[in-house]
Amino acid sequence: MAINKYLRERFFPHLWCPGCGHGTVLNGMLRAVDKLGMSKNEIVMVSGIGCSARISGYVDFHTLHTIHGRALAFATGVKMSRPELNLIVPMGDGDALAIGGNHFIHAARRNIDITAIVMNNRIYGMTGGQYSPLSGQDIIATTAPYASIDPSFDVVELSRAAGATFIARTTTYHVKQIDDFIKQAILHEGFSVVEILTQCPTHFGRKNKQGSAVDMMKLYRDITTPIGSKAKQENPNLIERGIFVQEDKPEYCREYEKIIEKAMGS
Amino acid sequence: MQRNVKFVQGNEACVEAAVYAGLNFYAGYPITPSSEIAELLSGRLPAIGGKFIQMEDEIASMCAIIGASLTGNKVMTATSGPGFSLMQESLGYAIMAEIPCVIVNVMRGGPSTGIPTHGSQGDINQARWGTHGDHSILAFTASNHQDIFEMTVTAFNMAETYRTPVILLFDEVVAHMRERLVIPETGELPLVDRLRTSVREGIDYHPYLPREDGRLPMSDFGGVHRFNVTGLYHDMWGFPSSEPRVVHELIRHLFDKLENRVNHLARYKEFFLEDAEYVLVSYGSAARSALHVVKERRLRGERLGLLELQTLWPFPKEMIREKCANAKAVIVVELNLGQVLQLVKMAVNNPERVFLANRIDGVFITPIDIMNILRLIQGKGV
Amino acid sequence: MAKPILKAHKIRSDWCKGCGICVEFCPKKVLELDEFERAVAARLPDCICCRLCELRCPDLAIEVECK
Ligand SMILES: Cc1ncc(C[n+]2csc(CCOP(=O)(O)OP(=O)(O)O)c2C)c(N)n1
Ligand code: SF4
Ligand code: SF4
Ligand code: SF4
Repeated sequence: MAINKYLRERFFPHLWCPGCGHGTVLNGMLRAVDKLGMSKNEIVMVSGIGCSARISGYVDFHTLHTIHGRALAFATGVKMSRPELNLIVPMGDGDALAIGGNHFIHAARRNIDITAIVMNNRIYGMTGGQYSPLSGQDIIATTAPYASIDPSFDVVELSRAAGATFIARTTTYHVKQIDDFIKQAILHEGFSVVEILTQCPTHFGRKNKQGSAVDMMKLYRDITTPIGSKAKQENPNLIERGIFVQEDKPEYCREYEKIIEKAMGS
Repeated sequence: MQRNVKFVQGNEACVEAAVYAGLNFYAGYPITPSSEIAELLSGRLPAIGGKFIQMEDEIASMCAIIGASLTGNKVMTATSGPGFSLMQESLGYAIMAEIPCVIVNVMRGGPSTGIPTHGSQGDINQARWGTHGDHSILAFTASNHQDIFEMTVTAFNMAETYRTPVILLFDEVVAHMRERLVIPETGELPLVDRLRTSVREGIDYHPYLPREDGRLPMSDFGGVHRFNVTGLYHDMWGFPSSEPRVVHELIRHLFDKLENRVNHLARYKEFFLEDAEYVLVSYGSAARSALHVVKERRLRGERLGLLELQTLWPFPKEMIREKCANAKAVIVVELNLGQVLQLVKMAVNNPERVFLANRIDGVFITPIDIMNILRLIQGKGV
Repeated sequence: MAKPILKAHKIRSDWCKGCGICVEFCPKKVLELDEFERAVAARLPDCICCRLCELRCPDLAIEVECK
């Protein structure tokens, strides 16, 4: 397969559960990289801790598997020192927006050229199904046996407010969008966020009676709609998919180059 | 660089030394009494083509320097107690993944926000045991600006030699005091550069396979060799492993690479120890008062000596035992409740003859404070 | 554009975890799970080379080759 050249095949089959959407994200991401014709040496993947974060072990790039929530901070150090490298940072929803929330908004604010992929399964998969800041209310989790009362972040709105200059959302059902959006996110110069709703049948699905991985993907099909669609006007509860933000703003490393010029000149 | 003489704060001496040692990436978050380091480097680094970034917190700062070190830079961050507490998890990561970096902790009184503008030496044990799990760590300190310079350069050299984070434990007193600093000429102090692998592109490179001399050659992240870096136990390619043999060998390696070299890593200074009846053991700013006492009492014929520690971790037990072997009493002078005292007691043959001269009220310990305690000890007949 | 024609449909059964995603979402119902809960292409002539099974498989177990 064309994308197999990017895999560390000796670690397959991977450790994710049957039907886990994280594998589909890996699949789509590699297709994006392949379509861009990128070489393995020009990509650095930085991840944190979580089921999602294990993605970095499976790809034959420069891979930095760090600590929970801090992937973007490590990535900032790598990118600042080697701006010519392409940084891809896949994160779970807890990784990105609970423990890593501060790094997330600040990376967005700086508009540093990093592609952040939020693999949103609305639960802490790795630690056994506790609720996350993206679970939202009325969700059953191992730490919310009576249903969660915490409202959730909207990744798109949060990223927009924080200053991300490319923001997109899709789901594992809409696979063609996965590679399309990730491709555009990589090409975009600035901080890009691609949120992908990805099923965790093992914890989220089971606790919330959403059935199998297949059933969960059908739900993604049914509860999402393209941005600004007629369906959305009729049913405001639908979750929009598509590219929400795509704008040119000064990128952090380029701005720092100017600082170097200034400092060297003086 | 020209040999030049400056009249500077200790923090500035540290900056000069870091630049001398080849620092080219700094990430940090402001905190008293270390902020001058960040302020100075924000100007210095871009002027030499290096990079400075003020991160959102100390956790991020520590993570960013690890990332930057991997790509081949000499890196540093500086902080004080509260920030150092925040760095502990990623410090452990740097230990586990064997990533060279230098962390300056300009100590202030703790716990918590404590007493930001006053000196203390309360973080000695935190530097050793702050991050979880078995590990070893290198930590240096200094009592004057020339030594700050030298120990900072040493820290960078050791970080590269042993692929490890190195902690510089300075304190508020030395960091903010101004005194003369002679900046050595280029080449005057030896510098250790990153040991890079000679394995060529296309040939299997093992980032975690030690050479015969124990050193692990690195390959710049983003360069021709692709490998994995993780905080999990890992094999010689950097891939996670829970195989008992791999786990055992890695933890032994991380521990032994420093602990088996305690004597070699020990940096210290000695003053009038040959015939000393009373040996003061001190370090950092406290050693300044201790030295004053020793010199002054020597003039009056009292046989006092000073052992000034510069390497705090790994703790040079054997050296201390030897140096204190003939002392009637050993007095540890420090600005905490006896963190080094306990270690010295464990090191020497007669722990009951080891005493503490300290201050923990944010006030700098004076020669008179030390003398008062010395007289009490002498009154006890030791 | 000419319709793509199937050249080969490969399933790495050692990677397949039997989640059934490819089976359920194949527009032509080409695939099914065998007695060992592994995906197999039971009705290959019906395949229209849309590749959705390959793109969706979370275990990267499917490769569809088209002419
Ligand atoms: C500092 C720290 N706190 C907690 C943990 C335990 N932990 C590991 S993964 C995880 C959450 C994983 O959830 P998420 O990031 O959403 O990813 P997923 O596993 O669902 O893909 C937690 C809490 C940790 N490793 N480190
Ligand atoms: S626990 Fe959930 S997120 Fe983790 S591998 Fe299993 S299905 Fe995926
Ligand atoms: S989608 Fe992949 S893993 Fe799931 S049944 Fe089909 S081939 Fe197997
Ligand atoms: S390529 Fe399309 S039609 Fe053919 S088996 Fe896969 S999903 Fe079915």
